[in-house]
Amino acid sequence: MYRIEAHGIPYKRLNEMLREAADRGEKEIELVGVNGQRYLGSGIRSRVKITIHGVPGNDLGSFLDGPEITVYADGQDAIGNTMNEGKIVVHGSAGDVIGYGMRGGKIHIRGHVGYRVGIHMKEYRRQVPVVIAGGTAGDFFGEYMAGGVAILLGLDCGPGERLTGDYLGTGMHGGVIYLRGEVDPSYLGQEVAVFDLEPQDEEALDKYLQEYCQDFALDYENVRRARFIKLVPVSSRPYGRLYAY
Amino acid sequence: MEKFYIPSGCAISGIISRQGRKMSGEVIVKSIAAMHDRSNGLGGGFAAYGIYPQYADHYAFHVIFDSKQAREETDAFLRENFQVDESQPIPVRHTPAIEDPPLLWRYFLRVDPRVLEVNGQQVDEHDYVVSRVTLINDRIPGAYVASSGKNMGAFKGVGYPEDLGYFYRLEEYEGYLWTAHGRFPTNTPGWWGGAHPFTLLEWSVVHNGEISSYGINKRYLEMFGYRCTLQTDTEVVAYLFDLLERRHHLPVEIACMALSAPFWKDVERMEPAKRELATAVRQVYGSGMLNGPFSLIIGSARRMVGFNDRIKLRPMVCATKDDLVIMASEECAIWEVCTPDKVWAPRAGEPVIAELEAGVVA
Repeated sequence: MYRIEAHGIPYKRLNEMLREAADRGEKEIELVGVNGQRYLGSGIRSRVKITIHGVPGNDLGSFLDGPEITVYADGQDAIGNTMNEGKIVVHGSAGDVIGYGMRGGKIHIRGHVGYRVGIHMKEYRRQVPVVIAGGTAGDFFGEYMAGGVAILLGLDCGPGERLTGDYLGTGMHGGVIYLRGEVDPSYLGQEVAVFDLEPQDEEALDKYLQEYCQDFALDYENVRRARFIKLVPVSSRPYGRLYAY
Repeated sequence: MEKFYIPSGCAISGIISRQGRKMSGEVIVKSIAAMHDRSNGLGGGFAAYGIYPQYADHYAFHVIFDSKQAREETDAFLRENFQVDESQPIPVRHTPAIEDPPLLWRYFLRVDPRVLEVNGQQVDEHDYVVSRVTLINDRIPGAYVASSGKNMGAFKGVGYPEDLGYFYRLEEYEGYLWTAHGRFPTNTPGWWGGAHPFTLLEWSVVHNGEISSYGINKRYLEMFGYRCTLQTDTEVVAYLFDLLERRHHLPVEIACMALSAPFWKDVERMEPAKRELATAVRQVYGSGMLNGPFSLIIGSARRMVGFNDRIKLRPMVCATKDDLVIMASEECAIWEVCTPDKVWAPRAGEPVIAELEAGVVA
């Protein structure tokens, strides 16, 4: 394990140090004293494991292409922005626009997530990005989703706490959202509808949640046995007629 | 050619001790400096409350002068209109990071009760002070009032916020409430008067975002005698708080509701009493509503309020630590100054209100 003291080091220098370590073949890198440095993990192609102590800055793992990042703190905004491959595990909560334009890999957040999570995720054949959040989400969850999987679990939800925000799946035209719990229909975006799970959904959930629960040492049976619903777009071309009246 | 990439966005941060404990300016400088990359060096500033206990009953005017002549004119104007008990340059520490600073002066003023009687009519003292601030900003070329409240002051300019903190020697001040701004101007010039915070009397505003409704808000405020002279959208927020809270006596929750009003579709879903209230607020204060993306921190003598636009197009994270409440654009700005007891992201449009505890004398 290669260790970097990150406190007070500007993001550009810290990322250089990280890339140098990965380039010379370090397999595991630990960053301690991180606070607010951006873009950590970007531009590294190897499967290096990066452990972060302290709150990483915005765009953690943006354009990520292989590394596995574990954060033992909260995350900020735009985690996994346009991520391609690899995995980001955050043991705390995270901010807005998580998984923005993501096209592959996995993001697992243990706590709550903010606004516009999963915005414009996409998929291609076997390349299917997955975002799972353990708590609640703000408005616009899955906004403009074009592919991929977004799962929201609502674990440790307080009484009266809402699982999702408003405008759920607004503009969604691909991919799937799974919610562990119910949703007030008035929060649904116009482009999505609620469906029961098919056997292939159940299978997919088994797989995704086993891995998620393992990452956070959660009781899988307990997480899995609650009722899930599925949200998918009702049209693949929601704007097909927008400018054609 | 060297390629530049600037990672965008303004930064805001604020901290209040609910027990009124004084903190050195160092704390807020550390907090805002953690978000250095959100600014581009074209503006920064701080609002500080509780810093002038020896002049607690005086209006503390911080004034920015472009020229000696502007200072002389303002000086004469202030002496005509107020009892000037102290006037002095604001102490600064010169640094290459802050280029070509203007003249920075502070005055501790009292209002002679006799000037408040005009043709047998009693003028409200606050209205009087506001009208004098407006006159200076509007009529004296090159003079801009940075702040005008009691026992508070704004320290702002062109530069990175941490450099301005060093320049203004903020570690020498002790306050129970501090807010800060790091600027990344997109639509309006980066100049000393246009840096945040924007203030009026005890209200100060730091803002990340854009007030797209600036035109409507400005015209609305003009009907009440305010003049927007500082070339930046955020100015309207300070005046709107003065109007709604001080002059219209709205509770702060209602003032925030007016500025970040719920959508009509959400109003329809409210229970009847709340629906009636929200409808009335939207109807009466439609021209005061702020549109566009924003996160705001508003300071005043007894409280700090943070809130977002209705769909949260700008970030805001809040935290508590003992009697401290901290708000910032990024969570790192909180961890830089303490290990928080609790951290949360407020929902869009929902104000977070942190007040001095009852009985605490600020």
